[in-house]
Amino acid sequence: MSFGHKHILGMDQLSADDITRILDTADSFKEISAREIKKVPTLRGKTIINIFFEASTRTRASFEIAEKRLSADTLNISASTSALVKGETLEDTARNLEAMHPDIIVMRHGHSGAPHYLAERCNFSVINAGDGAHEHPTQALLDLMTIRDKKGTIGGLTVAIVGDIAHSRVARSNIIALNTMGARVRLAGPRTLLPTGADRLGAEVFTDIKGALDGADVVMMLRIQQERQGSPLLPSNREYSRFFGLNPDNLQRAKEDAIVMHPGPMNRGVEIASSVADGPRNVILDQVENGVAVRMALLYLISGGEKMAE
Amino acid sequence: MKLLIKGGRLLDPANGIDDQLDLLIEEGIVVAVGVGLNEDDAHILDVSNRLVVPGLIDIHVHLREPGYEYKEDVLSGTRAAVAGGFTSVACMPNTDPVNDNKTVTSYILQKAAEAGLANVFPVGAISKGLKGESLSEMGELGEAGCVAMSDDGRPVRDGEIMRRALEYASTFGLPVISHAEDLSLVSGGVMNDSFVATELGLKGIPWVAEDAMVARDVMLAEFTGARLHIAHVSTRGAVEIIRAAQKRGVMVTAEVTPHHFTLTDEAVRGYDTNAKMNPPLRSADDLAAIREGLADGTIGVIATDHAPHHRDEKNVEFNIALNGIVGLETALPLTLRLVDEGVLTLAEAIDRLSSGPARALGLHRGQLTAGHVADITVIDLDARWTLNAAQLQSKSKNTPFDGWSFKGAVSHTLVAGKLVFDRLEGRESIV
Ligand SMILES: [Zn+2]
Ligand SMILES: [Zn+2]
Repeated sequence: MSFGHKHILGMDQLSADDITRILDTADSFKEISAREIKKVPTLRGKTIINIFFEASTRTRASFEIAEKRLSADTLNISASTSALVKGETLEDTARNLEAMHPDIIVMRHGHSGAPHYLAERCNFSVINAGDGAHEHPTQALLDLMTIRDKKGTIGGLTVAIVGDIAHSRVARSNIIALNTMGARVRLAGPRTLLPTGADRLGAEVFTDIKGALDGADVVMMLRIQQERQGSPLLPSNREYSRFFGLNPDNLQRAKEDAIVMHPGPMNRGVEIASSVADGPRNVILDQVENGVAVRMALLYLISGGEKMAE
Repeated sequence: MKLLIKGGRLLDPANGIDDQLDLLIEEGIVVAVGVGLNEDDAHILDVSNRLVVPGLIDIHVHLREPGYEYKEDVLSGTRAAVAGGFTSVACMPNTDPVNDNKTVTSYILQKAAEAGLANVFPVGAISKGLKGESLSEMGELGEAGCVAMSDDGRPVRDGEIMRRALEYASTFGLPVISHAEDLSLVSGGVMNDSFVATELGLKGIPWVAEDAMVARDVMLAEFTGARLHIAHVSTRGAVEIIRAAQKRGVMVTAEVTPHHFTLTDEAVRGYDTNAKMNPPLRSADDLAAIREGLADGTIGVIATDHAPHHRDEKNVEFNIALNGIVGLETALPLTLRLVDEGVLTLAEAIDRLSSGPARALGLHRGQLTAGHVADITVIDLDARWTLNAAQLQSKSKNTPFDGWSFKGAVSHTLVAGKLVFDRLEGRESIV
């Protein structure tokens, strides 16, 4: 059965069956990463370009490792260092990329919809590695994989997402994906960080972290961007951490076996207390590991892979 | 030279006329209106099965000349105007240089005379350089031919400047046109602040950014007793504020664009930059309120905010695309859709496109009784056609209505009795 998706632009395009297939495939790729020789020839001869218009160490490294383990030829272009994209229009960038005949473009961009622009106009596959405040589908998939690993299932769980929902592509993608998989989603944050129509996203909305944490199976903390502090949106990190930070006290409201997630990098002492970040419920490093496996699975599936290599 | 327009249905809303009537034109003026007119030495324009209406007037266009001729110029803009049935347009002053002095006004009028198509009525800047700091020389601008004052494209942020602008403009009998938005509330937004914006991950512009400024300007009009016109109303709140003010006798008029009464923010899905405007496309509830306002006359004017942009300015990420669309060649068919949907009567629709705008800016046009200038639009109400953006007369093709099918098309446009557009020689897209 072919995967049926040429691009991965957002979680809104993936069904529960698609997601399960990606996670199952990722499970088998995870085993490769545990081998002594961590490389399979699956994508030999394929060219993948990682083009990042925003700095990102974590996501880019994760994609690069995934691509190398699948033996693809990879090239990294970052907007800050490359003349290719400096001051150039997205249309010209698209044309230049197309002239290189890549099979897959992995793209991170500060403007929502930029990967969709490429996907509409070019022949290669596009994987959205985060666009503006819109979506970050591979982050949602690695989060789902981590939840499934730890909890055995996703459907029926209660997941609290806490923080800057309004500006978070991680939150958008997770809310959609968790709903698709049948989880109950809760959102919490000050009203200035909740998006318009938050109650229509398929989530219960709290302006109080305690209510959101009550009986939760999964707690997903979002990063507070430094520039929020002192903006009209947020008076101070100090006050934020008092009312919306995760600490050992309020974490007790969640289920005893609740896991704590964070897309990283963490602001210790702001959205998450160090003792929680270093505590036993934290699965942040599992998220990083699963990130590679999920990205391998996606690259494999959109390349038309039907059966697992080896 | 005499011209007899024969066999059509004359609809002149300002005079309550809707009948099979012929028009005799001499020296560019309507000299007789009557049943079965005959005149031996007149040329005859047979308009059987056609609707004959006062030439349409668009009081909000951007002709882009001087300064941005790569988007549009007076010639191409007035070509688009007459192809869309408009015999008169009022052009906004955000050119380069800004139309804040009589030299620029005269330049535009000279270009319009050379083009010899539609009448062009320049709108002068409220403030020098559109900076919102000091008033332009409105008396001289009025003398040079400006018919109203506006800083369109940006609001007059300072309340004192707006107050004095209203007082000073009214000294010379000039209305002030307000582009009403509180920029601090817009705060970098790129589309309507709504659930759609949340889903698309785009920053929203809340309705209160418009309502708050409309409220301020309406109060300033009430306070000063001056004439105010609100450009491109897009929210329910703005309609309600204007309606209440009109009931109190405040001299405030308002316009809406065809895109704001046709589309909602749902059109932004897919990041279509031709759905990016200022003010943004709003919600279905706002659209309903705007249609009610048009029907009850609170909004007496349909104006296009014709905003040509080069392909390269639209073919980019949504966040950085420029605002606005071309509108001159789609306004009439989009308005006729409102008639089909029962929102407006045909007479109301034509009023909002001719006599309404003439009243708002005090132009002596928009009616067709004897003695008036023979600016005339002839419409084939039954023509069915599909818009092909590539074939627009405008230099720019930025429209979200490409591929739309319409019923009703301009068949002839006459300015001062001179035929300036004939559909049979016009766009090939009309079938
Ligand atoms: Zn405007
Ligand atoms: Zn305008």
